[in-house]
Amino acid sequence: MKLAVRAAGETRDGYAYTGGKAFDANQPCVVLLHGALHDHSSWTLAARWFAHHGHAVLAPDLPGHGRSVGAPLASVEALAEWLLALLDAAGVAAASLVGHSMGSLIALEAAARAPERARHLVLVGTAYPMKVSAALLDAARDDPYAAIDSVNAFSHATFAAKPSYPGPGAWLHGGNRALMRRTHDAQRDTNLFVNDFNVCDRYTGGIAAAARVTCPATIVVGARDQMTFASEAAELAAALRARTVTLPCGHALMSEAPDALLAALRGAIVDS
Amino acid sequence: MAGSANPGFDTLAVHAGAAPDPATGARAVPIHLTTSFVFESSEHAASLFNMERSGHVYSRISNPTNAVLEERVAALEGGSGAIATASGQAALHLAIATIAGAGAHVVASSALYGGSHNLLAYTLPRFGITTTFVRPGDLDGWRAAIRPETRLLFGETLGNPGLDVLDLPAVAQIAHEQHLPLLVDSTFTTPWLLRPFEHGADLLYHSATKFLSGHGTVIGGVLVDSGNFDWDRANAASGRFAELTAPYEGFHGMVFSEESTVGAFLLRARREGLRDFGASMNPLAAWLVLQGLETLPLRMARHVESTRKVVAFLAGHAMVQSVAYPELETHPDHALAKRLLPRGCGAVFSFDLKGSREHGRAFIEALKIFSHLANVGDCRSLVIHPASTTHFRMDDEALARAGIGPATIRLSIGLEDADDLIDDLKRALKAAAALR
Repeated sequence: MKLAVRAAGETRDGYAYTGGKAFDANQPCVVLLHGALHDHSSWTLAARWFAHHGHAVLAPDLPGHGRSVGAPLASVEALAEWLLALLDAAGVAAASLVGHSMGSLIALEAAARAPERARHLVLVGTAYPMKVSAALLDAARDDPYAAIDSVNAFSHATFAAKPSYPGPGAWLHGGNRALMRRTHDAQRDTNLFVNDFNVCDRYTGGIAAAARVTCPATIVVGARDQMTFASEAAELAAALRARTVTLPCGHALMSEAPDALLAALRGAIVDS
Repeated sequence: MAGSANPGFDTLAVHAGAAPDPATGARAVPIHLTTSFVFESSEHAASLFNMERSGHVYSRISNPTNAVLEERVAALEGGSGAIATASGQAALHLAIATIAGAGAHVVASSALYGGSHNLLAYTLPRFGITTTFVRPGDLDGWRAAIRPETRLLFGETLGNPGLDVLDLPAVAQIAHEQHLPLLVDSTFTTPWLLRPFEHGADLLYHSATKFLSGHGTVIGGVLVDSGNFDWDRANAASGRFAELTAPYEGFHGMVFSEESTVGAFLLRARREGLRDFGASMNPLAAWLVLQGLETLPLRMARHVESTRKVVAFLAGHAMVQSVAYPELETHPDHALAKRLLPRGCGAVFSFDLKGSREHGRAFIEALKIFSHLANVGDCRSLVIHPASTTHFRMDDEALARAGIGPATIRLSIGLEDADDLIDDLKRALKAAAALR
């Protein structure tokens, strides 16, 4: 659905996927945030499950990604403010905040800025600090498609994740590459790869934010993640007093382990 | 680029989509000959039907063996996913039916496999889908044939029967300027020779019966989506693609382009096309195609190497009028072939004998190694004389309009010793010459 999101003094159209059902702000809300160079379609299976099991779902396209118009935002802090404004626009007082990779930092910062608005915090494929190599950023400036190929290769732990995502017959490497390319290409004035990976790289408020979070927190990592190594989430987990769930997959947890991730999300949000 | 992070073609041909079976440890791909799959619970069943979870329900829609094949072909093509179908013809029909209905229009190359031409020229019009045919090299013709109701452009990477090379970048540009996708039949080239998505094509399919399986044992097709065509943007510009961008009452009111930004086409093709038309692949067929794919790079290299030797032999023979192979400078698409097909122009080509239909028959009947039959892309070398078989009802004038001469011979070069193939051809040419 489209939402008029007012943040940083301006109002612009935002889009959020609602899981195949009309959004009902009276139901407990689950927010699913995508990572760098992605969009809501990273989350459609989980979104559909929650939407059809008693939850209102918002899986937004972050500004400048997918169907959310305008320039991308350049910091975790700005994106967290945008997320809180999105909740305002949807009439949601409090939600379970779930984020993947870059989205996990946004969820963390939003839960710290407005602790009363976060019922649960689930950080998927996260690390702190989420540093990005200068070589990758340089490569992205010169040849974004080559940098996308590199990230895509390091995001997947196998040539055969079953039962695949969003369904059988989908080649995860190819679909992910096509999505990252399309999302990147939609921004003509900004190198979206550089923007998004700088958002991750420059975020320095993670531990301080964790200290302000009051809701139950869960961290879900991939044992074979080569983008955000599982060990790199330990400091954040300690600061959040979070339960850590480790899945047998790489960084693309939603597509490489959709059932196991859904179980982890249910454990964190529904069964807690 | 092959390396530690980016798997190369040969690696993908063996591994993409397949892992040791978690239940048994089987390393090779198991053949899942089952119609259906047990649900863990009623809740699990509902979530599969509602696409809250990924998994298999019924083998007409998806099957684990087929899924390995689908992922593997998508990987080799650089696509986002694929659907295995009962035949190449089923793949073509599925591609068109997913985005076109009554009143829709297709612009297609006139240089097509006969079965594809039949579907477009005679059968689909009965269902309200019409086609305008244009010569593949006539770029102005492609552009001029597009109408408001056009849904896609379609051609073969190497067209029948003269091996016209489709100018993929140019035709793709024409399609995209009009917010239309380009579909190609990539059967003759396989991804080892040409990866059409790298040149602008949006959708492609194979008759897997041919080189992908490679052994003449199985009928099948594979439809692949690049994931690159933006259906929402195209629909916003033209209003042509509501099938993918508006709620579909036949499947939970789903908006496929919202559900999957890059997988909308295959979602609808599977959730509607396989469900309702039902032209799915048998899992045993999928396994046979997979067996072939594992050696595709080795086989294609040998097919092309032997074809070049045979072409060189025929081009220099006194009984041969002409050879239609794009690597020859005499072929009208030679320059285009050098640009798009540096690894070779495949292993199927035609040549014209000097003489009549009778010379063609005499040539065919004198062959010992080449098998006289209606197929291509086998490990065995194959031959057919169109004027006495597939096109026998046509007189010479009608044959000429189809680009076929009375003594045109089509060869599909297999994996035998090239010297033996040349000896076989020598004998047959001598027999044909004896008729003079």
